[in-house]
Amino acid sequence: MSSDGDWGDQGYSAWYARVSGVGSSLAQAMIVPVLAVLTALIIGAVIIALTDVDTLPLWGSDPAEAFRLTMDGIFNAFKALFLGSLGSPRAISETLFAATPLILAGLAVAVGFQAGLFNIGVNGQMLIGGMAALWVGFSLDLPAIVLIPLALAAAIVGGAFWAGIAGLLKAKTGAHEVITTIMLNFIALFLVDYLLKSSIYQAPGRNDPISRPANVAAQFPRLLGDHRLQIGFLVALAAVAFVWWLMYRTTMGFEFRAVGFNPDGGRYAGMSVAWVYVSVMAVSGALAGLAGANQILGLEPYRGISNFSGNIGFDAIALALLGRSHPVGVLFAGLLFGALKAGGREMQGAAGIPIDLVLVLQALIIVMIAAPELVRAIYRIKTPEQEAGTTMSTGWGS
Amino acid sequence: MKPESDTAIYEGEGKRVTPAERRATIVGVILIVLAVFVFWVFALGSEAGVQSTFKLSLPQARFEDLAWTVNSRWLGFIVSGILAFLGGMVLRRSHVKWTNLALAIGLILVAFAFLTWAASGKSFSLVGMLRATVVLSVPVTLGALTGLMCERVGVINIAIEGQLLTAAFVGTIVGSAWGIWAGLVGAVLTGALLGAVLAVLAIRFRIDQIIAGVVINIFALGLTSFLARRVLSEATHLNSPGRFSPTKIPFLGDIPVLGPMFFNHNMFIYVTFILVIGLHFGLFYTRWGLRSRSVGEHPEAADTVGINVYRVRYRNVILGGMIAGFGGAFLTLAQVSRFEENMTAGIGFIGLAAMIFGRWMPLGVFGAGLVFGFARALQQKLGILGTPIPSEFLSMIPYIVTIIVVAGVVGKARPPAADGQPYIKD
Repeated sequence: MSSDGDWGDQGYSAWYARVSGVGSSLAQAMIVPVLAVLTALIIGAVIIALTDVDTLPLWGSDPAEAFRLTMDGIFNAFKALFLGSLGSPRAISETLFAATPLILAGLAVAVGFQAGLFNIGVNGQMLIGGMAALWVGFSLDLPAIVLIPLALAAAIVGGAFWAGIAGLLKAKTGAHEVITTIMLNFIALFLVDYLLKSSIYQAPGRNDPISRPANVAAQFPRLLGDHRLQIGFLVALAAVAFVWWLMYRTTMGFEFRAVGFNPDGGRYAGMSVAWVYVSVMAVSGALAGLAGANQILGLEPYRGISNFSGNIGFDAIALALLGRSHPVGVLFAGLLFGALKAGGREMQGAAGIPIDLVLVLQALIIVMIAAPELVRAIYRIKTPEQEAGTTMSTGWGS
Repeated sequence: MKPESDTAIYEGEGKRVTPAERRATIVGVILIVLAVFVFWVFALGSEAGVQSTFKLSLPQARFEDLAWTVNSRWLGFIVSGILAFLGGMVLRRSHVKWTNLALAIGLILVAFAFLTWAASGKSFSLVGMLRATVVLSVPVTLGALTGLMCERVGVINIAIEGQLLTAAFVGTIVGSAWGIWAGLVGAVLTGALLGAVLAVLAIRFRIDQIIAGVVINIFALGLTSFLARRVLSEATHLNSPGRFSPTKIPFLGDIPVLGPMFFNHNMFIYVTFILVIGLHFGLFYTRWGLRSRSVGEHPEAADTVGINVYRVRYRNVILGGMIAGFGGAFLTLAQVSRFEENMTAGIGFIGLAAMIFGRWMPLGVFGAGLVFGFARALQQKLGILGTPIPSEFLSMIPYIVTIIVVAGVVGKARPPAADGQPYIKD
């Protein structure tokens, strides 16, 4: 973290203004993300063209035909991307369905960012939270109206506990959260594999790591008939509202942001930085835990499987950066990534483009958001007077 | 970086306790607890009269039938006794400087007692495991050296994972197309390229260095998985590069135990040894090293005496990337000879932990690499022995060790003072 104990360049009032978020304009905040997404899509098109193994040799003999085929390939890919994300009610349901865990996980990362903590451990927290929710989901025999909130509460506790370990380690020993959370990811992965083969979780009569299914009452009810969209999306929306309220309307949120902006400043203002680290990680992990519950109780087969959190924890980092760590920004970024994911699946099925391309697009989007100079250089936009970049901790601080 | 709290705590009547002494107390208690644990679980847990056999040579070695047989229970008793003795000595706090040495000896003994217990009634190839330790330590050590090269000049490189993965990928493709040496060159150049990307993002654009690293990691994972599925799945001949074969060093390779451990490997492992020693010498005894360190500790001062801070940073970050590229080549051109999606599985991050554990010094980093290599080897070989411990828990060992290390149980390490801070020339 920053070694200087001062208030930044402009003194205390500027520090306060930045922490309280006064003075940011929406149009200015939007232009870089929009251009970043556009540029990423263009580079994605180039990658598709360059990796078209069947067409590449044709460029030597018949460039016109090769050009036509390549353009066809790119057009088909983007058409599939669009149709799969917005082209039909089913597609829109798929987009919202895919956005649900992304929004929750993105909020988890965003809360950490605002407090200057980089939670890369969302995957592990999802795993632990999801397993806790699953345990409630198959072992208690209660009506849905009681069982689902209980399962969600278990997910919150599980996720908060797992992230809290990293928070506690940082507060007590100074161990950098980037390394501890990544290590906790791996540990959670193996722990879940073990649990899935233990007698508590494993489906009867199975030898592979797969759990028994959650009770029907614990399965998230669907919102649009047969489409996969379920109440997890409403949970995500509630979480957006909650995080907004927590960060901008409570003393606790103010402390989170103050410590994130300048830990020394927070310390001099009388805040317990160690306590903030633990509670930020706990809140972050709780949100991740909800995302984990969604990945088990929100989709078929309603069972725990090995590494059910997939890549969502890493998508969430991109998402939090894209949304500038603001809950509403995360919501929109989540919808965009949900669309990319739903469309990416269609793209893989219909146009044969591996869905990993979406990861590449995400990395490109983050790098351009994190380095707005890059976008400005490409599109020759004038530099605004002050750029509110993402404040992150540097060094392996103690 | 806030300075470590050096406020002494008063204990009893006016007696000062320094942090080092407090740590000695903790380590002493840990050693005593370990002594009890070894006595209870490993000594009493082995049946009386059962023996463990450790094979000390590989099949077809010059001295083929070296082996060492011990009585499992008695070894447990002896180790427990030594641990208790060490714990008592440390608790007396008369020689605080030796706390870490006592802890290291204690942990090695515990590992040995554990192996004896696990192998009781069976025979176990000790030399095979030590050899695996060295081999598995290589990617971790190379990753840690990469991190060290960058952090010594004040740039945090969390992209080691992505650099290893991309270099491994390029090494496979180029190696399959034009031979393994070309693959090696391709991998090293890929590492250099990604090092340059990190350097530009961190030094030119002054992006938060951790974000820059994470971006490179996501990009590397996405791009290599995408290409593996889109290109390698169709062109399978591009995913079989062959591998570098081991060359035994004459004479040294025949020494029992040490020979197979250190002197009968492929080129990568020897080069790693040379890199470790060369970098240690370079960093602490040459002008290049002094300049690099000064840029990492106090760039303003370095600038004042005429060192070009940016140039030093660019050069070292790119060199670091080349080391990671070499490490990536090791994965696909020596270890498995094919590329698999996300095959690095956290090695880059373990390398970072090894860098911290090794206190930003190449020799220390190698020692840390060996510890992680041992943890991995233990996990591999114990699976064969069939212990009552579930394999998942064995798999967790390297990651738990990493957390313990970064949490500073092995003592506080001090990173370069300007680590992670962009330099803005006036």
